[in-house]
Amino acid sequence: MSISTFIHKTRGGVHPPHRKNTAECETVQMPVPNTIIIPMQQHLGAPCIPTVKVGDTVEVGQVVADSEAAISAPIHSGVSGKVVGTKELLMPGGRTTMALVIESDGEGRIHESVKPPVIQTFDDFIAAVRACGLVGLGGAGFPMHVKLNPKNLEEIDTIIINAAECEPYITTDYRECMENSWDIVSGVQTVMEFLGVKQVIIAVERNKPAAIAELSRIAANVSTPARRVVVKPLPARYPQGAEKVLIAACTGRRVPTGGLPADVKCIVMNVTSVSVLSRYLKTGMPLVEKRLTVDGSAVENPMNVRVVIGTPIRDVLNYVGLKKPVRKLLFGGPMMGLALMDDELPVLKQNNALLAFAEEDAQDIPATTCIRCGRCVDACPMNLMPTAITKAYAAGNTDELKRLCIMTCMECGSCSFSCPAHRPIVQTIRMAKDVLRSKK
Amino acid sequence: MQGTLMVSSSPHLHCGMNTRDIMRDVIIALIPALIASVWLFGFRALAVEVVCVASAMAAEYLSRKVMKRPQTINDLSCVVTGLLLAFNLPVTIPLWQAAFGSVVAIVVAKQMFGGLGQNFVNPALVGRIVLMGSFPDTMNNWINPLAWTGKVDAVTGATPLALLAEDAAAQIDPLSLLFGLRGGCLGEVCAIALLIGGIYLVIRRVISPLIPLIYIGTVFVLAFVCGENPLIHILSGGLMIGAIFMATDYATCPINKWGKVVYAIGCGCITVLIRLAGSLPEGVSFAIVIMNILTPLIERFTRPRPFGEERKAVRS
Repeated sequence: MSISTFIHKTRGGVHPPHRKNTAECETVQMPVPNTIIIPMQQHLGAPCIPTVKVGDTVEVGQVVADSEAAISAPIHSGVSGKVVGTKELLMPGGRTTMALVIESDGEGRIHESVKPPVIQTFDDFIAAVRACGLVGLGGAGFPMHVKLNPKNLEEIDTIIINAAECEPYITTDYRECMENSWDIVSGVQTVMEFLGVKQVIIAVERNKPAAIAELSRIAANVSTPARRVVVKPLPARYPQGAEKVLIAACTGRRVPTGGLPADVKCIVMNVTSVSVLSRYLKTGMPLVEKRLTVDGSAVENPMNVRVVIGTPIRDVLNYVGLKKPVRKLLFGGPMMGLALMDDELPVLKQNNALLAFAEEDAQDIPATTCIRCGRCVDACPMNLMPTAITKAYAAGNTDELKRLCIMTCMECGSCSFSCPAHRPIVQTIRMAKDVLRSKK
Repeated sequence: MQGTLMVSSSPHLHCGMNTRDIMRDVIIALIPALIASVWLFGFRALAVEVVCVASAMAAEYLSRKVMKRPQTINDLSCVVTGLLLAFNLPVTIPLWQAAFGSVVAIVVAKQMFGGLGQNFVNPALVGRIVLMGSFPDTMNNWINPLAWTGKVDAVTGATPLALLAEDAAAQIDPLSLLFGLRGGCLGEVCAIALLIGGIYLVIRRVISPLIPLIYIGTVFVLAFVCGENPLIHILSGGLMIGAIFMATDYATCPINKWGKVVYAIGCGCITVLIRLAGSLPEGVSFAIVIMNILTPLIERFTRPRPFGEERKAVRS
């Protein structure tokens, strides 16, 4: 059996419109831009330090920045050309980071280091994953070699491949399932083999029947009793793809507050991450390109484009064409995506969508008083009490904020989405978290 | 593009519903009972309802103006309060008393505590209780339904609960209660109209069916246990309107599931206690107001455990 239909009950969640306009848009390769910008921080953890100097010549696949820190991942150049400078970038989220500016010579020469890695042991495998520069491509950007090497590796019994893609608009993972399903499954097999895990669950939301059919067809071919690969269709309900919710829905296990999936014997990998890893093991080409869904009411031709990591957003927008002035620009989906301040930022490793909205979709509706309707409480997948949290925050009651476990909030936005009073609940919880962090 | 982009916190999508939509749904849900009140008690019923709504809106507008706060009349919550108060009055009430009740409900119970969502007791019930205390004669003047058509005797009729209190249950036909053919307040008599409104609210997800079902269920079971006719108990007095429209008031009922359960059971118990042991024939208003006051406490003790917290306790 390749489809597993039993789904553990999870609470809360909302039903935003799907708006998967680009679901049937085959990925288009965007031409290599003239200049790419490579920020040193493209993952969770310590920022990288450049390994090349201004004036150096670089080639495709060459490491241009790396770090000694345990939680980090090397960064590669996606073009061949010359490092022409560095600049300070203000990243979405407010932090600044140093970035390398590389001018492409348009030749696309491949660096000599690009060759399939030789892997014999588990340590070789982890080293290869690190060398690939792979981070969690679902959005969080957690370095993959750390994720695949938890402290309690021998306890891990399940790997969940996250193809839920619950955010509206985004279809990059869906396209990966449709275009590269064999890469996904062979990546899954490799990971299973090296980690010694007996079960892989590929989780897909039910609104993507074609992906479910395609993946289960291939999974059926490779699944064996000793190495089970099952496809699990999940209800299309946001935030189904959030790590903790996904684990609960697939296995019934609940990751404890402040814990990691490994605490409940699971590893969760994004579907595109597995696929990229599988291609790296075959070709040796590290993570230098990324598929992006470009959509939104200001975009002329919504599509999926494959772009070189570091391509300035402005070039991407020019390539797909705009039909209206952009008023709001998002990295990621509309529920958890970050609003950008300018279009000079480059595409990062963990980006999966670029949404450009026109004036009419960038309304700032003023909040009215809370009517205590309880929709936020019902919507919270983490069983929190947003009403009590906002009250405690307004009163400056940090003890109460602690009791309300606000650090459990993953900022999925279900509460704000469903609030009839348009209250900025997620924003308030973020500020409340900052209060708690500063008290420590 | 820098400088022209709007930056705001996620989420960047909204379900599209606002407070006004919710209040409009409640008003729609009250329309069957409104039609029933006019059918049963004539156009004087409509006059009482119009006076209550109009004075509630005026009180809301003026109190916001006096307090120099943003106008909230557009959210329609004052219309709901006015209508609910009217539904809790007898058709014979002098119109000025009805208006007085509305003003008390809006100004004292709602605006003085900060307006919508901040009040700790249901404003319409406060209005009704103040009127009952102030004008006990006019508030207990019941006439038979359909008397306005001239075909039915207009003599002042006793309410079913008053009959029950006098051990005259045999005179009551539960079917006539379902359609509202009994003495009582404007909007409370026609159970079927209230049920239609309640089902509409549940379908529209404005209210959860938890509170009405448990409240009415508790009254049914307790009445049965105490040897009363449970059908008459759930169909008479203000139970239907109270359980569906008043006990479910967002501001004054617990927000979490188990809180709602405790609250609804409490409402049911107090209602039956007052009806059977108290000197008043009816106890819905007081039961709900008492449980309203207990709501913050109930909420505190029924707070849900956040995801992942339960396991942590086991681990450590």
